[in-house]
Amino acid sequence: MKKMLLSLTAILPMLILSGCNMVVFEPQGPVARSITELINWSLIWMLLVVVVVFGLFGYIVWKYREKPENKDYEPPEEHGSTLLEIIWTGIPILIVIALTIPTVKTLYALEETPKGYEEKEPITIHVTSADWKWIFSYPEEGIETVNYVNIPEDRPVLFKMTSASTMQSFWVPALGGQKYTMPKMETELYLVADNPGSYEGQNTNFNGRGYADMKFEVLAQTEEDFNQWVEDVKDTAPKLTEKEYEGLLKPTHLGRLTYSNTHLEWVNHADPHSKAYTNPELYRGHGYQGKTFEEDDNYKNENPNVIEGHGKESGHDASEENHGGGHSGH
Amino acid sequence: MGIKWDEFFITGDPLILGSQIAILLTMIGAVAGITYLKKWNYLWTEWLTTVDHKKIGIMYIISAVLMFFRGGMDGLLMKAQTARPEMEFLNSQHYNEIFTTHGVIMILFMAMPFLIGLMNVVIPLQIGARDVAFPQLNALSFWLFFSGAMLFNISFVIGGSPDAGWTSYFPLAGKEFSPGIGNNFYAVALQIAGIGTLMTGINFIVTILKMRTKGMTLMKMPMFTWTTFVTSILIVAAFPIFTVALALMTFDRLYGTHFFTVSGGGMDMLWANLFWLWGHPEVYIVALPAFGIFSEVIATFSRKSLFGYKSMVFSILGIALLSMVVWVHHFYTMGSGPAVNSFFSITTMAIAIPTGVKMFNWLFTMRKGRIKITSAMLWALAFVPCFVIGGVTGVMLAMGAADYQYHNTLFLVAHFHYVLIPGVVFAVFAGLYYWWPKMFGFMLNERLGKWHFWLFVIGFNVTFMPMFFLGLNGAVRRAYTYSAESGFAPLFMLSAIGSIVLAAGFAVFCYNIYWSIRYADRNISSDPWDARTLEWSTASPVQFYNFAKLPEVKSLDPFWHMKKKNEGLTLYDSEIEEIHMPSNSWLPIYMGVIFGIAGFLLVFEWHIGSAVAAIGIFAGLIIRSFDYNEGFHVKKDEIHRIENAWRKTEGEVHDHVS
Repeated sequence: MKKMLLSLTAILPMLILSGCNMVVFEPQGPVARSITELINWSLIWMLLVVVVVFGLFGYIVWKYREKPENKDYEPPEEHGSTLLEIIWTGIPILIVIALTIPTVKTLYALEETPKGYEEKEPITIHVTSADWKWIFSYPEEGIETVNYVNIPEDRPVLFKMTSASTMQSFWVPALGGQKYTMPKMETELYLVADNPGSYEGQNTNFNGRGYADMKFEVLAQTEEDFNQWVEDVKDTAPKLTEKEYEGLLKPTHLGRLTYSNTHLEWVNHADPHSKAYTNPELYRGHGYQGKTFEEDDNYKNENPNVIEGHGKESGHDASEENHGGGHSGH
Repeated sequence: MGIKWDEFFITGDPLILGSQIAILLTMIGAVAGITYLKKWNYLWTEWLTTVDHKKIGIMYIISAVLMFFRGGMDGLLMKAQTARPEMEFLNSQHYNEIFTTHGVIMILFMAMPFLIGLMNVVIPLQIGARDVAFPQLNALSFWLFFSGAMLFNISFVIGGSPDAGWTSYFPLAGKEFSPGIGNNFYAVALQIAGIGTLMTGINFIVTILKMRTKGMTLMKMPMFTWTTFVTSILIVAAFPIFTVALALMTFDRLYGTHFFTVSGGGMDMLWANLFWLWGHPEVYIVALPAFGIFSEVIATFSRKSLFGYKSMVFSILGIALLSMVVWVHHFYTMGSGPAVNSFFSITTMAIAIPTGVKMFNWLFTMRKGRIKITSAMLWALAFVPCFVIGGVTGVMLAMGAADYQYHNTLFLVAHFHYVLIPGVVFAVFAGLYYWWPKMFGFMLNERLGKWHFWLFVIGFNVTFMPMFFLGLNGAVRRAYTYSAESGFAPLFMLSAIGSIVLAAGFAVFCYNIYWSIRYADRNISSDPWDARTLEWSTASPVQFYNFAKLPEVKSLDPFWHMKKKNEGLTLYDSEIEEIHMPSNSWLPIYMGVIFGIAGFLLVFEWHIGSAVAAIGIFAGLIIRSFDYNEGFHVKKDEIHRIENAWRKTEGEVHDHVS
């Protein structure tokens, strides 16, 4: 019985789950809402499973436990029951089907402009994650922010995401699910905010020392406020240079920064042939340090290994390339 | 070679300095103790060079308990660090190293050897064999595992621990972002241990296929033998993938290749795919034998044969098959597209079906039984509700679209601890309490066993239940700290308190071993639980040749029916024949040591030294190929003497079932 009680206390929190104020259960936009609905649907079925199995378990263990009065009881030889086994294979199959249909529907829906927002022109924002900061570029507006992103409310936002370093995961739980950002790769994510408000976003994929603090703010604004903010940034924010950008990408924590141009002018890390801005020397920590390697496609090399030259340059050029590599590493 | 001695030992952290001193003192103490007691010869002949499956099993289990302690300390440190917001007990680097080693040690150096240890002890006995198919290979498996485990463990005092998570995702784990040698330890130590595991898999497949006693057809094998068989097949199917992945990782890190790097056309997602192609079957490699243990324990203590034996077998096969085609569910968020994610959502959810079948079969095994609640059975009982919670949250995570909100949060962490702790740790405890008398000839104390059980199970639930809710509220895994404003503090605190209770349970377990070794009654029956399978038909502790006469099997639960019909239990003088047994060998431990040395040098990127040491490996292989030792024969007199010693006492032993 004690075990029964223990088990009950374990599922009680499940019962009050939807009542709690947890971010996943308080969606602030249609994308997050569609996931929450899916989660709630699964919770009903899972609760059913838990109740049935726990009930059966408690009943059987209680009823057939060894007691002084059943010392002489010799359990029957029993090998199984086809009917029972069909039942408990069949019902789970039905439950899995009940869960699969909405899962697949949602999976497909999440890759497109959220339902009901098809008419509204989505705004595209490029997300570049680096160690340990988030860089947001607005190519249409020609502005760039670090560690915060302003979006207009009630309008779909298409995030085109990539990474300048390790693999990270872009997650704004109040607005929707997460997706990885990967170097030389582009992933896309649609989000919509119902109302103006501030939502926390963060990296969920471990990427080294600064991981825990790799957070950003999503500020949803009314259309007018947003446009006003864009104008202000264009008027007042400084311009970003490649030199400065190189500094941004070092493994550091930065506060908020704002620029009136974007780094997409010289590099888009989603491009499979883009240059690498990484420098292993900056990641040295405690312990025994191993050998690091010079990379051909490091941006510091004068003739990066991009396709443009068609690869038939003379030996003379090749040796120059080696010289160019000399100043980083080791 | 330019050895940087100043970087060799890890310095500057009082916790690590303390460990260094403790390790040194323990080693001096152990060497002095063995020398003082003049036990070197005993240790060498009886243990270090043994090829006896039971002793190898016990050595696996001892190592696993030690690794459990190490991994548990890591876990406690993590819980202490996150007990309060903005704690400054560990810095982020230290925390990263600790969760990495916690994961690797608990899965590969605790769960695996614990189960392989029990498999070693029990399987040959259950199938009525005198040893595994390749006894010396079995010893080599153990020593390679041990060598890998030790190499991995020293990383935190020498050279630096790996710090890229137990999954070691690239590009983070590459030289570009982790130039320290910590991740070399990961690549090399797991490779060495992995070779051992792969050989264990091959060994058990052959053992179970070829060494079963007369009459034991496949469908008459005990369930633990079945699960071990299927697990061994999974090992052989999955571990080579990991071997290749680790080799590519080693090339990337040591020689500057570009398999998984950002630069030079590497593909970091390839690592994630290869890792989980091994990693997901790995989960079932540890879970399936555990299911087998529960099947044995539940049947024995319900005094009934297993309900739905056939469907149990088919479920195991189904789970094994499905486990190979679900790996993408570990990274739905990689953006593979809705079609891929849908496919893997369905295969993953489908695993719940055979697992559900097993769950109901266990419940119905108990129905109409007479359930004796011993320590071993308590673990099996607690497994049911706890594992159901792990299972249903697993189905929730399997739903690709929903996973976008759970991925990499503490919800996921809570889920897999709810699967692995009830599914594996409860099982090895159940198995240990159950088979302990068979291994050592005395029982673990039941009263302490119940303390161990309740503290551990309550502690486990208090530790991990809050993490579901933290995850749903946005708390991510592997973060060394969180802000006070997040509102996570109370549940993190609760979780930390739970971990102390959990640790107290483990402490009682260790005390139980100590107490039982010192005080437990040695005069017990060879079948103290009134059990059903062949291992209980021979002496406790088991004589080195296992069975004087190989038993003959006519049905499932053979020993149960032998007892019922009172046949095949007595041994007649005329039936005794000489027994052929394998000889001890120094080669396995030699190979373990030389692999350890070569691996250590490779970790530090001292390539020439490592190559020289590797010559020793080849030397070992060559010596082995010229080894014509055919073993020895046990004389009839000796069998006579040994059999009389335990069979005579029958009838006047203390019955411990109560």
